[in-house]
Amino acid sequence: MAGDQQTRASGNGVKLVLAWGFVGIPLAWGVVQTLLNAIKAFQ
Amino acid sequence: MGFFSFLDRKHTLAAPGYSRWLIPPAALCVHLCIGQAYAFSVFNLPMSRLIGISQSAPDDWKLTELGWIFSLAIFFLGASAALLGRWVEEGGPRRAMFTAALCWAGGFLVSALGIYLHTLWIIYLGYGVLGGFGLGIGYISPVSTLIRWFPDRPGMATGMAIMGFGGGAFIASPLSVWLMGKFSTSTHVGVAETFIVMGAIYFCFMMVGAAIVRVPPEGWAPAGYVAPAQSTRLITTQNVYVYHALKTPQFWLIWWILCLNVTAGIGVLGQASAMSQEMFRGQVTAVAASGFVGLFSLFNMAGRFVWSSTSDYIGRRNTYFVFFALGTVLYALVPHTGAIGSVAMFVFCYAVIFSMYGGGFATVPAYLRDMFGTRYVGAIHGLLLTAWAMAGIFGPVLVNYIREYNITHGVAAAQAYNTTMYVMAALLVIGFLCNFFVSGVHERHHMRALEADAEVEAAPVFGRQ
Repeated sequence: MAGDQQTRASGNGVKLVLAWGFVGIPLAWGVVQTLLNAIKAFQ
Repeated sequence: MGFFSFLDRKHTLAAPGYSRWLIPPAALCVHLCIGQAYAFSVFNLPMSRLIGISQSAPDDWKLTELGWIFSLAIFFLGASAALLGRWVEEGGPRRAMFTAALCWAGGFLVSALGIYLHTLWIIYLGYGVLGGFGLGIGYISPVSTLIRWFPDRPGMATGMAIMGFGGGAFIASPLSVWLMGKFSTSTHVGVAETFIVMGAIYFCFMMVGAAIVRVPPEGWAPAGYVAPAQSTRLITTQNVYVYHALKTPQFWLIWWILCLNVTAGIGVLGQASAMSQEMFRGQVTAVAASGFVGLFSLFNMAGRFVWSSTSDYIGRRNTYFVFFALGTVLYALVPHTGAIGSVAMFVFCYAVIFSMYGGGFATVPAYLRDMFGTRYVGAIHGLLLTAWAMAGIFGPVLVNYIREYNITHGVAAAQAYNTTMYVMAALLVIGFLCNFFVSGVHERHHMRALEADAEVEAAPVFGRQ
């Protein structure tokens, strides 16, 4: 029973990393691009 | 219809042990894609020289004609969210996300055909109508699911998704420019190919969201969370049927709250660049102004998450009190920043104003949940989005006409926006009063269990004949 829960928790952990990475990486890229443009404008 | 049965609500029921933290990325998959709408303007100039290539030819489309594409999309966002809210609510999030993906990607593909044939009405139909339906259905598709998974923090949960709508433009804008660069040649602008690629990317991205999303089992609650047994004055434990919500003063008060908050923000959003250059002539260049606009967009996005999360702790009504009170002070301060020539103070005022503009969008689903319960919150939210469509007309018209009136009456360009700012501050005072009058929905509007089932069965639903 405890083993089942552990397997489920680690499976969820992988899914969470993949899901958040899938949306987080493009969003972070877009934010960085915008910040770089903003910084260029202030220079 | 057996092939599409995987889209049904019953097939999206979460298995035991499913992590609720997978729902925000599912919602973001949709909102990051449809948020592209805010970056559509990057296509305007290239689309105005499809024939002339380096500059507009006589047969090329005018910018005024192209401006209708975005306006149509926003109009159909509001219309579809209002009309199809109940269909979205009852069919479940996966069917809604799948439909949104088809409409959104389809809109890009139809528009690519419009570019290829150089026929503008096909683009109006593609991006404007079909894409607009994708926007509306996609925008409301994850709202009630997020609220059900996060009964302890509904503001934060919906804020995360709606933050994605603000952030979608940050991805779409550089991506579109990069793709057009790849596809353009000396005889070809490359917009059609960019539309095809973006449509394909968005379809795949949104389908990942549709695959991940799950609804919680009936009666599910997060560990350690005990649902309040009794309604409080501003948070109900009951549900209000979607069309009965329209009969309550609370719906219309919140409608005006959203409309006034958005009118004030959207009115100056489009003018921020020009305003900063005219108010600080010689101090702010066009390049610096575009940097400010990028910065304000970041605050708009961050505000969606920060303010909606804060509302879980201080309450929805108090959050809007902060928006309206602080907003009134900041709008009234903007002319003063021009008078004393303080660019830093101007940027500070605008950054906070835009964070509250975004916060207004992101906090409203949880405000509706507090008033009308979770059962039809997505559909009621859809109806409320008509306030956004209305504000999209009011805001820019107010700013442009007041400025024009001042200029024609001899007011210097640097002071031409002062009256606008005071008018916006006055609108926020009205919003404050609307918020003041919000109280709990009278119990005669609450659904009773049997009545709820009977009403659902009796009322016609799109596609449920």
